[in-house]
Amino acid sequence: MERFATIRKLRSGNASVPNMTDYVTERARFSWDEARRSLDGLPGGQGLNIAHETVDRHASGGRRSHVALRCLPRHGARTEVSYGELARRSSQFANALDGLGVTRADRVFVLMPRTSWLYVSVIGALKHRCVVSPLFAAFGPEPIRERLALGGARVLVTTPDLYRQRVAPIRRLLPELRHVLVATSELAAGPLRETATAIPGTLDMALLLEGASDTYVIGHTDPEDLALIHFTSGTSGPPKGALHVHDAIVSHDATARIALDLRPDDVYWCTADPGWVTGTSYGIVAPLAQGVTSVVDEGGFDAERWYGVLESEGVTVWYTSPTALRMLMAAGSEMARGHDLSRLRFVATVGEPLGPEVVVWSEDTLGVPAHDTWWQTETGAIMVANYACMDIRPGSMGRPFPGVVATVLARDDQGNVLLNADGTAVEAEAGFDGELAMRPSWPSMFRGYLGDDERYQACFSKGWYLTGDLARRDADGYFWFVGRSDDVIKSAGHLIGPFEVESVLMEHPAVAEAGVIGIPDPMAGEIVKAFVSLEPGYEAGDDLRLELLGFARKRLGPTMAPREIAFDQQLPHTASGKVMRRLLRSREPGLARGGTATTEEGP
Amino acid sequence: MTDEEARSVVRALLHEVAPDADLDSVGSDATLQESLGLDSLDFLAFVDRLHERTGIEIPERDYPRLLTIDDCVSFLVSATGREQSTT
Repeated sequence: MERFATIRKLRSGNASVPNMTDYVTERARFSWDEARRSLDGLPGGQGLNIAHETVDRHASGGRRSHVALRCLPRHGARTEVSYGELARRSSQFANALDGLGVTRADRVFVLMPRTSWLYVSVIGALKHRCVVSPLFAAFGPEPIRERLALGGARVLVTTPDLYRQRVAPIRRLLPELRHVLVATSELAAGPLRETATAIPGTLDMALLLEGASDTYVIGHTDPEDLALIHFTSGTSGPPKGALHVHDAIVSHDATARIALDLRPDDVYWCTADPGWVTGTSYGIVAPLAQGVTSVVDEGGFDAERWYGVLESEGVTVWYTSPTALRMLMAAGSEMARGHDLSRLRFVATVGEPLGPEVVVWSEDTLGVPAHDTWWQTETGAIMVANYACMDIRPGSMGRPFPGVVATVLARDDQGNVLLNADGTAVEAEAGFDGELAMRPSWPSMFRGYLGDDERYQACFSKGWYLTGDLARRDADGYFWFVGRSDDVIKSAGHLIGPFEVESVLMEHPAVAEAGVIGIPDPMAGEIVKAFVSLEPGYEAGDDLRLELLGFARKRLGPTMAPREIAFDQQLPHTASGKVMRRLLRSREPGLARGGTATTEEGP
Repeated sequence: MTDEEARSVVRALLHEVAPDADLDSVGSDATLQESLGLDSLDFLAFVDRLHERTGIEIPERDYPRLLTIDDCVSFLVSATGREQSTT
């Protein structure tokens, strides 16, 4: 730690003043009720709806013509969408859903790249009081099928290509899915017409909108009404659908202002994919709530192009991933020096630990240090962060958001929370590892896992929400990430459940058993590695290895599929007969985590 | 390296990184990331292997020259040609 000195936030006379000027003062005065008062509420006391707070209130006020989205498509020209147009288009979408017989609380899934259609469909569905669930466009057919089935999808919004490749092959397995709406390119491009009608069983979004009214009055929305389902991976079992309500907008709005330091004239760029919680909470909801201009870049990572976007769009606040910064770092500082990045005021990251060397590199190369933030699908919004006004200890995840009480809970050898004599949980002293935990009290906290109360209840102990992450706190209250307490893999900012990967591998006739772990990777943090034992009659070798890799990639997509496969006929087992991932990890060179335990209780 | 040798190296390495990609069904102007479905980590793995297999240094600034299969082939041919002419 000492290799990296604290980065001081000394403000010179002409530097801009951040929204929060002093952490300790803000922490003492902050209240969620006050934060809620900075929102409008639906006209006529009709409740609280995310679509109104993000779009309609700006469109009916002074920001009507302010640019909400600056879309950079993969092919074609850059387009802009104002708050006024986003309000009209999303109203058309809400009316179109109504016309299809889609009603309040119906599930609308969105499998879309970053285009303006993504925003129109998410906001429009929320206006119609549907429950929205975003899916990752790089998922293969199997993760898509499983989530659509678990979530009871009634409507799916996607593109013609994604439909043909990933959805058409599994459509017959989804009897509850009534409508598939397809859109391509940007709003301005107009209907697909011939191309879309060539896909049986789909409707052309642009045509649907053409015939729909562009005014829509949002009905009564209770702040506790379900708004979003975000699927997340667990150690065992199918993916979990974390349930979020409209009140979550209070957290998104407050954290955007205080943790991301967003201001009305900012040009903001969130690089996260909309299929993950960051891409929705901070790619769609938070920046729109603040009324800022968002850069919506359809393309993937490309160092030279990304520097170009930062420069030419004049990005002022940038929310990205440690993996992306490590890739830029690998590209060399010379590339950055070819670009004017002087507009950049604040850089933050999320998704995996941000190494101290990257924080320092960011200050040297981008001109501002990267600010790590910590949160997860369940918490819905930023929980622990480094702030514009607060000194950075490189490598630390920062300090709890002003309205959040966080701690580190002491654990016994089995990983259970230690209890005091009075039955309360023992908080670890400064400098000791334990489980990162929070007092659930903020608006964007998840309200349950879809259809799985048992797993939901298991997330809490003695009034604390258990995050599954191990951390320690230093004497000054800065938190430091230590590792995961379970087997979930963090790769390039994505959370990957080993069970889902193992299940797919075991569908292959050659595979008798599979154990999947994360192994360290200099770029992605961790990558997925699978150990498989083979059925009799199959021979381990390069051909079979490549076949299994291809098999897994086809079904899971490149993000979730293993990047390495090893053959092992002697996979270690728990007493209950499950593959012991902890022992697989301990065999990997450079992986101390998990030690050499020979017994492990299977869940 | 001839055009044909380079093409076979590129195809073999793409198959190692993304064995699910159907190299025969796409044209040689197919983009690695969009048409063959490589993500950014796949692409880095491909570049690493290209370097290991051929010994050619591939700095990040050359990545834009490796967008399609044809791009990779011309890159290899010109890079190996350059090395031969200097040794």
